[in-house]
Amino acid sequence: MSKNIKLRKGLDINLAGKAEARLEVAPMAKSYAVSPLDYENVTPKLLVKVGDKVEAGSALFFDKNNPRILFTSPVSGEVAAINRGEKRKLLNIAVTPDQEQVAKAIKVVDPAKAERSEIVEMLLESGLWTRIVERPFGVIANPDAAPKAIFVSAFDSAPLAPDYNFMLKEEKAAIDAGMALLGRLTEGKVYLSARKGAEGFMSDVKGVEYNTFEGKHPAGNVGVQIHHLDRIAKGDIVWTVNIQDVAIMGRLVLTGKLDMSKTIVVAGSEAENRCYKRIISGAAIESIVGAVKENVRVISGNVLTGRTTAADGYISADANMLTLIPEGNVYELLGWAMPRFHRFSVSRAYFSWLCPKKQYKLDTNLNGGERPFVVTGLYENYLPMDVYVSYLLKACLVKDLDKMENLGLYEVLPEDLALCEFVDPSKIEMQQILRDGINLMIKES
Amino acid sequence: MGLRQIVDKIKPTFSEGGKLGFLHSTFEGFETFLFVPNTTTQRGAHIRDCNDIKRVMIVVVLALVPALLFGMYNIGYQSGIEEILPAFWFGFLKMLPMIIVSYVTGLAIEFAFAQKRKHEINEGFLVSGLLIPMIMPISVPLWIVALSTAFAVIIGKEVFGGTGMNVFNPALLARAFAFFAYTPKMSGEAVWYAADGQTGATALEQLATTGEMKWSVMEAFIGRIPGSVGETSTAAILIGAAILLFTGVASWRIMLSVFAGGLAFAYLFQAVGVDITMIDDAPAYYHLLVGGFAFGAVFMATDPVTSAQTNCGKWIYGFMVGALAVIIRVINPAYPEGMMLSILFMNALAPLIDYFVVERNIARRKKLIKNVK
Repeated sequence: MSKNIKLRKGLDINLAGKAEARLEVAPMAKSYAVSPLDYENVTPKLLVKVGDKVEAGSALFFDKNNPRILFTSPVSGEVAAINRGEKRKLLNIAVTPDQEQVAKAIKVVDPAKAERSEIVEMLLESGLWTRIVERPFGVIANPDAAPKAIFVSAFDSAPLAPDYNFMLKEEKAAIDAGMALLGRLTEGKVYLSARKGAEGFMSDVKGVEYNTFEGKHPAGNVGVQIHHLDRIAKGDIVWTVNIQDVAIMGRLVLTGKLDMSKTIVVAGSEAENRCYKRIISGAAIESIVGAVKENVRVISGNVLTGRTTAADGYISADANMLTLIPEGNVYELLGWAMPRFHRFSVSRAYFSWLCPKKQYKLDTNLNGGERPFVVTGLYENYLPMDVYVSYLLKACLVKDLDKMENLGLYEVLPEDLALCEFVDPSKIEMQQILRDGINLMIKES
Repeated sequence: MGLRQIVDKIKPTFSEGGKLGFLHSTFEGFETFLFVPNTTTQRGAHIRDCNDIKRVMIVVVLALVPALLFGMYNIGYQSGIEEILPAFWFGFLKMLPMIIVSYVTGLAIEFAFAQKRKHEINEGFLVSGLLIPMIMPISVPLWIVALSTAFAVIIGKEVFGGTGMNVFNPALLARAFAFFAYTPKMSGEAVWYAADGQTGATALEQLATTGEMKWSVMEAFIGRIPGSVGETSTAAILIGAAILLFTGVASWRIMLSVFAGGLAFAYLFQAVGVDITMIDDAPAYYHLLVGGFAFGAVFMATDPVTSAQTNCGKWIYGFMVGALAVIIRVINPAYPEGMMLSILFMNALAPLIDYFVVERNIARRKKLIKNVK
């Protein structure tokens, strides 16, 4: 039975720079990259060197913690650079694409007939396994684990997020195939959750437990959906997959070839051509938005949880959008005492409540200095979960593993706390504190 | 931006390695007061709400202004000046030194600690520094204001780690310190008047001894009665309450439940009839009009750091603050006022209340495990 779940808590930040519903095909980029930094807890071990020829689907590196997990090239071409940062940390592997794209021959099996282990092997070999996220902890799924359920969110509620119905309008068959494939990976259910009133074709997808959600952001966060559909208790494992990656998996099954193209949206007040773009995963930013002006921040993902990306960098593997907003590295005279009509606040100490329809052009200024926890009762209004945010964060800060577990560490990922971080007048780095807490828990368990 | 250039020019002198580098935190305190810094988000959410702790604190200061202005007027009025402006001016001149002493003492200590710890300066004292003179009798010597402020900031706040870590409300702690260390200067019939030789019991004292007061309900509500500077005008305090509630700075749960707890117990005592003090002979709602009840409920009990932090905890905490204040008023003949002790006591209990609320959350989570297996 499908349910409709109505969430009262949350916030839709009305940002300027929404994209038009128009699809463009981005030109082939000069280079594509795969980065281990797009994933949590991966220790990369290289499999290629500069100058090697690769095909789309050839492994570039694997995870030392689990050598079965391969990270593959999205395009065929030549390994152009292995970029390293401080202490020789691997930043990314850049591949210059060939004119003619060749995909590596992968042993594609029919999910309906094959053994589960064969399906797992196919996903591992193609590199698509890295797109399956395991909770607790938000890491790449362990191929040996048996998840109690798999969750897919069919909408993104973050600011300026793409409309999945538009983004995926050609992908119905691929999504059907992808969902059938996911169904073979778990003994439990595959949950698909759409936004009430914007269901699109999602209600027709077969073989899933279909539900709808209504409410403000973070209603589209899969973590919030899990909390309301089948909470994660200690010892549980669930997997989540972004629906665009479900489509890519489905495409592999349907066509027998790895095709890493996807649709993203380019949005934000500083983006010049705001629309949907068809790209290949890992494309250079320049190929998507052209040259970026000074003092503009390029974000792979949304403004709350995305990664800061250099203008000469590459879009993150998990990003379905690029957001361009102005940097806020300016001083503001007596800002804290001013009316600040152009800035947004959930607090009525400012005046945003007067114009709820206004679109705000927000920059990256922190708008204050970091302070200890002072206000109470605020964060819980922006997280529709039965979790005491400040208590959980304090447990993370003092590294108390028992408390972290008891207070809900297994149920949340940093993205779920992003709104709390946004509204916090103490400017506490909640996502980072939680991430550090999760990493500590992984290390200790 | 001329000012900005001046600040940029002198900044190196106050930065680490500069001639006055040891004043780094102090300089930064003044700089961030003048300019919202140009810091951008480095990790986590890329955009942030423009609200910060400075704004939160300034809203509380703003909410205190009506009670402060009325308090100044009332100092003059109680001294026998009938006209509004001269009365206000008289009170202003009496009150100003207290405010200055409280701010200078407290901020000096705060700056010194921030400097030592290499922290940014916290804004919390902007509120505490104004609250302290507002809850003192007007005749209290300035050295007591200074001493109790120093006590509250050092023992009440800094030893716990500063703003956000303190257990007790610093302003109330200052008052409690002064009250118990220098009782004759803090209580009795003479301390409420600025003019020498003037005496008279407060409304609360009259109610406690006779069950009646010589002022009308309206006068008590408006606040033309003797008492600590900020506490007398329930009307002005309610304006402040409206500001705090509308902006969401103070918790409506706490405020409402303090009044509810106070009223519930006042009616209870009235119904039962206790003969220790006479205040239960007066109408129950008098409790909310006289003494520091309203001021404490609006500005003290709602301090987010020292009150309960969970929503459920706030209801319990608030109700007990109100109830205890009335209990002390009714059955303790030694102290006519119960609000100060009641809030301080509940400050100490708030973490315990929260502990049980959070335990319930943990229990719900643990139950999940059993259901599955």
